[in-house]
Amino acid sequence: MGQLKSLRTIVMFVFVVLYWVAFPLYFRNSNYHLGVVITASILSCISLGVWLTFSIGRINIGQGAFAAIGGYTTAILTMKLGASFWLCLPLSGIVSAFVGLLIGIPILRLKGVYFAMITLCMTEAVTLVFLNAEKLTQGASGIMNIPRPGALTIGTITIIPAYQAGHYLYFYYLAAFLLLLVLIGLWRLNVSRIGWIFRALRQSDTLALSIGINVVKYRLIAYGICCFIGGIGGSLFTVSMQNIFPTSFRVTDSMYFMLYCFLGGLDYLLGPVAGAFLLTGSFEALRVVQKYQEGIYACLMIALMLWLPNGILSLRFRKRALGKELKPEG
Amino acid sequence: MALLEVRDLTKHFGGLAAVDGLDFDVPEGEILALIGPNGAGKSTVFNLITSYLKPTRGTITFLGKNMTHLGMHEVARKGIVRTFQETNLFREMTSLQNVILAHHLRCRASDWGHFFYSRRARKDEAEFRESAGAILDYLGLSPYRDELVRNLPHGHQRALEVALGMATHPKLLLLDEPFTGMNPEETDTAIEMVKGIRNRGVTIILVEHDMRAVMGISDRIVVINFGKKIAEGKPKEIQHNEAVIEAYLGKEEDGET
Repeated sequence: MGQLKSLRTIVMFVFVVLYWVAFPLYFRNSNYHLGVVITASILSCISLGVWLTFSIGRINIGQGAFAAIGGYTTAILTMKLGASFWLCLPLSGIVSAFVGLLIGIPILRLKGVYFAMITLCMTEAVTLVFLNAEKLTQGASGIMNIPRPGALTIGTITIIPAYQAGHYLYFYYLAAFLLLLVLIGLWRLNVSRIGWIFRALRQSDTLALSIGINVVKYRLIAYGICCFIGGIGGSLFTVSMQNIFPTSFRVTDSMYFMLYCFLGGLDYLLGPVAGAFLLTGSFEALRVVQKYQEGIYACLMIALMLWLPNGILSLRFRKRALGKELKPEG
Repeated sequence: MALLEVRDLTKHFGGLAAVDGLDFDVPEGEILALIGPNGAGKSTVFNLITSYLKPTRGTITFLGKNMTHLGMHEVARKGIVRTFQETNLFREMTSLQNVILAHHLRCRASDWGHFFYSRRARKDEAEFRESAGAILDYLGLSPYRDELVRNLPHGHQRALEVALGMATHPKLLLLDEPFTGMNPEETDTAIEMVKGIRNRGVTIILVEHDMRAVMGISDRIVVINFGKKIAEGKPKEIQHNEAVIEAYLGKEEDGET
């Protein structure tokens, strides 16, 4: 067990060095390669929200809606009011979380396929709202030429410098840093008592109620955090692309967020990250098959359910999957 | 004043009155058994007392306060906790984790405190761990503390449900068929445990079909049939009550109790 653990630490360390140092240094002039990893990082963030709703036992196919809400919040605020990106980023998360909580109050009572269906419809509904609210969103033509982030200064000290044209490395580290923050936050949540309560809700909400857990409150906390993460992910995505359309986050994107979780493994916090990187990376590498992407995703999903229901991370840690639950946190 | 006062409790499911004008009191420190033929409405009474269902009519007063408008977790916070007829546990966690979670009402740290692992949160966790260990000890479950609940035999799972109930420090514990599926020796041990819990100052209401257990354990018995109370009294009185005998034996095919 000890050996396995140290091996795992080494593997993790290698990945961290690759991600934070080796890759960006080697590809520092290739906007294409950096772009792929930026996309994968942001998609990982957004999927981590979906992973959290899985942990309370809800299948969430609505994360695209909240990424879109976050994206449009940033786009509209920066374009119409000239607000700074650094203000818009958290604000987008808050707006998404607020909308999520409003919708969550009625729909979180639903379970299983019913919750999945409602959230699926929500993505479509939000797309339609942005398509038709032309005054604010310019409808189907979308919002373009969204300004890049300026400098973040407190007093006279510049904490984060302004973006300079052509420097993709800037967004690379921005996305990497955001992913790190989200991961640390969720890891803390996951090992704390709150994470245990989330898992308790998944296993039996009637028992949770009867031992005095305010089930509605904790469900809303989980869903609110999920939507918050979706919102900031959408915001960063929008600014790195410099544009947003009603079709930027479609139902299929919501499906992908869920697929990343399935692919990586629902029992592992790093599951959605592994899933997002693997899929985005492999599809960039296999550009020839890209037009069959949706078909391949569908087959992949079926294959996963049949042969690898606990995700790819369960291959490496198959023995540990149980151990994690067995070992009390402390 | 009784700990729990139930007055005119009525619950209609469509046209069916599952519970119909039920009145009874539970004084502090008593073990009260609620019995009756299958479908008499016993579990519905439990669901009403714990606010899992809302009554059509009537009141439930606990420590002088009306409980009927509260949510289920709020009722638990006031001190009424139940176990379920169908085994209901967090199956993918260990026994110890189950009992630690059940200490939820005794958390002093806030959610933020737990998130940042504040000093108070650490103290909470250490305290719960110790208390959970003691409860498992008391119920003879210590050897299985790190075992996943889904791997436990049925009898231990039932005992663990009682452990979860105890962990919440209830004033009133509702046990729904706690002795089901136990052999006579296991039942006798379980009876002693339930009595022990009462001696720690917990009032108990239980629904049970095992008449030997009911007669051995309860101070008082309330018998219901078709949602109405048909008898109430000490075990001796109930055994010889005409209405009760008729309810149980008077009709054909009622013998499964």
